[in-house]
Amino acid sequence: MHVMYFTEQPMSAYPADIGLEFGATALMFSNKYYDPVAGSRLYNEYLEQYIYAEEMGVEGFMLNEHHNAPFCMQSKCNIFAAILAAVTKKAKIVLLGNPLPLAENPVRLAEELAMIDMISKGRLVSGFVRGGGQEQLANGISPAYNRERFEEAHDLIVAAWTREGPFRWEGTHYQHRVVNPWAVPLQKPYPRVWIPGVLSKETIIWAAKQRYPYIALNTSIEATKSIWKLYDEVAREMGYEAGPQNRGYLQQVHVSDSEEKAEKNARQFLWMQGEFTGLAHPVWSNPSGYFSPEFRRQFVEFAVGRAESPRGRPTFEKQVADGRVIYGTPDTVIPKLRHVLEETRPSIYGLWGNDGNVSNEDARTCIRLLGQEVMPAMREYGKQLGLTDPFEIDAPVHLRYSTDVKQMPQAAE
Amino acid sequence: MAAGTVWNNSEVEIAGVKLHLERAGSGRPVLVLHHDIGSPERLDFYDALANRFDVLVPHHPGYGKSERPQWLRSVRDVAVMYQWLLSDLGIDRPAIVGLGFGGWIAAEMATMMPNGPHRLVLVGAMGLKPPDGDIFDQAIVSYIDYAAAGFHDPAAFARVYGDVTTDQLVDWDLCREMCFRIAWKPYMYSQTLPHLLGGVKAPALIVWGDNDKIVPRSAGELYAAALPKARFETVHAAGHCVDMEQPETLARLVGGFIAEN
Repeated sequence: MHVMYFTEQPMSAYPADIGLEFGATALMFSNKYYDPVAGSRLYNEYLEQYIYAEEMGVEGFMLNEHHNAPFCMQSKCNIFAAILAAVTKKAKIVLLGNPLPLAENPVRLAEELAMIDMISKGRLVSGFVRGGGQEQLANGISPAYNRERFEEAHDLIVAAWTREGPFRWEGTHYQHRVVNPWAVPLQKPYPRVWIPGVLSKETIIWAAKQRYPYIALNTSIEATKSIWKLYDEVAREMGYEAGPQNRGYLQQVHVSDSEEKAEKNARQFLWMQGEFTGLAHPVWSNPSGYFSPEFRRQFVEFAVGRAESPRGRPTFEKQVADGRVIYGTPDTVIPKLRHVLEETRPSIYGLWGNDGNVSNEDARTCIRLLGQEVMPAMREYGKQLGLTDPFEIDAPVHLRYSTDVKQMPQAAE
Repeated sequence: MAAGTVWNNSEVEIAGVKLHLERAGSGRPVLVLHHDIGSPERLDFYDALANRFDVLVPHHPGYGKSERPQWLRSVRDVAVMYQWLLSDLGIDRPAIVGLGFGGWIAAEMATMMPNGPHRLVLVGAMGLKPPDGDIFDQAIVSYIDYAAAGFHDPAAFARVYGDVTTDQLVDWDLCREMCFRIAWKPYMYSQTLPHLLGGVKAPALIVWGDNDKIVPRSAGELYAAALPKARFETVHAAGHCVDMEQPETLARLVGGFIAEN
């Protein structure tokens, strides 16, 4: 099992009451409320926490990015990745991930990632995401071509990593007359790509077609199972059997030295939780053209305030009850995680330890207990359950590098 | 006023795309180009024009009942498709009436016609970067809030759209998606259009609602300055959607202008 530590890196030092009064804490909530003095302190605390996590035995740093919102300070995950690449030694640097459609020049992204891979001596896992709807608006990128840009940017980056340059790229959204970056990844054929997601069927299908592990982000156990069902079906169509090595799961898990403190801190997972983690207008988180056309009818009603969010906004108690939030001391948390492992059988596991206003001291306690007590128990149990991760079995990085794919029948002309 | 106007609809294939076309009346052909939020089936403004002219109201490609061309990338592409439509229908020099976003298409079309259209009418037209203020960004508000912002008087919005149905919301979402496909950046204007308007030979009428919250009036003044034969009119107690809010006033103004010698 590959177990990682994650935090959204909240910019918690802002006047939350003003955000609530404004009714939004994303996109249009003014950055005049951003305090760079607190920002400087928090960035450094979060970096120190990741470095500490490696000392405590964590095998992977999971990083992400968001824009124009206090719920996540990291506006470019490659920045932390580059720093961690230089100052840490062993843990994988798992980016989940770079929002590809935001890239106006994917070749430059390919270069940055190649540099991170070389500086870290081959520890990069380069996940890619579509980016939330409001990320498109915050970056001036049309949401209507989001998926097309995601797929084409991916193809271009992989080409930049694997094809000898110089070559030309004459695509629909990207045209480059010279692709010949003098920075290529250390890992061959290229760094592992994992695809995180929440709900889009299209992304699950796309990931399964590439044979990229899919990382379910904080979905309920039932929802996670239906994701695997779809993934497995597509895998079979592509000629391979999916297993734990194709499955990842991110879960909110806060551990402390007392149940009371753990619960108090776990409630911070709901800190400012709204439509897309922060409070946002539905048309910001799902701008036209961004979401699946199959949800159009359902969504428009929600967007004008006539229906509940299709994703729902469950209470803390409900999220604890259906296993989306886990908290406690290591002794009480481990059996709960065993249950999730048994039910969902992933080999990649992200532990989202801290959010909101959890103090630096409590965050470090959580990291220590996760690294020294919870993760070893999970690895042990993962072994018993046969949850082997992609590194352990040297799983193919992409479908095209498979050696076990069954010959597919030729499609009818 | 125009009870009993008979509208015929047809499907016309242009550039491999099935376009929906509504047509009524007789006389001089008048091409009416609708807003970015599409168009209701019938409007008093259309009927009033159809009493005097041969009125054509196509649904823009990807809007309303017209098919979406996946390849369409710019408003200028739409203008070219409509030149093709006119040519297929054997219409030589129509008057072109552009409403809001449709005004941008109309202006683009006018720059392409060697002798110009017969008359060019731009009502609260998008297409130019306003020298003062910005074109309202629909991406940050809901469908109803955006459509309602097009009106001076909320009662006028309610009169046209009533209790907004789910079908209407879906339609607005599809329209919005098309705007994001072809007019995203720069948002709702062209950087080259102002340099090309000087060649338009046709007399032009620029109309603005006196309470247009979508396109600043400064854009209309720029149109009036850039088009060689333009005159500027303001309609009182009207927002951006003058056609829906003050249909009689606008029809009188536009009808008179088109019929002028």
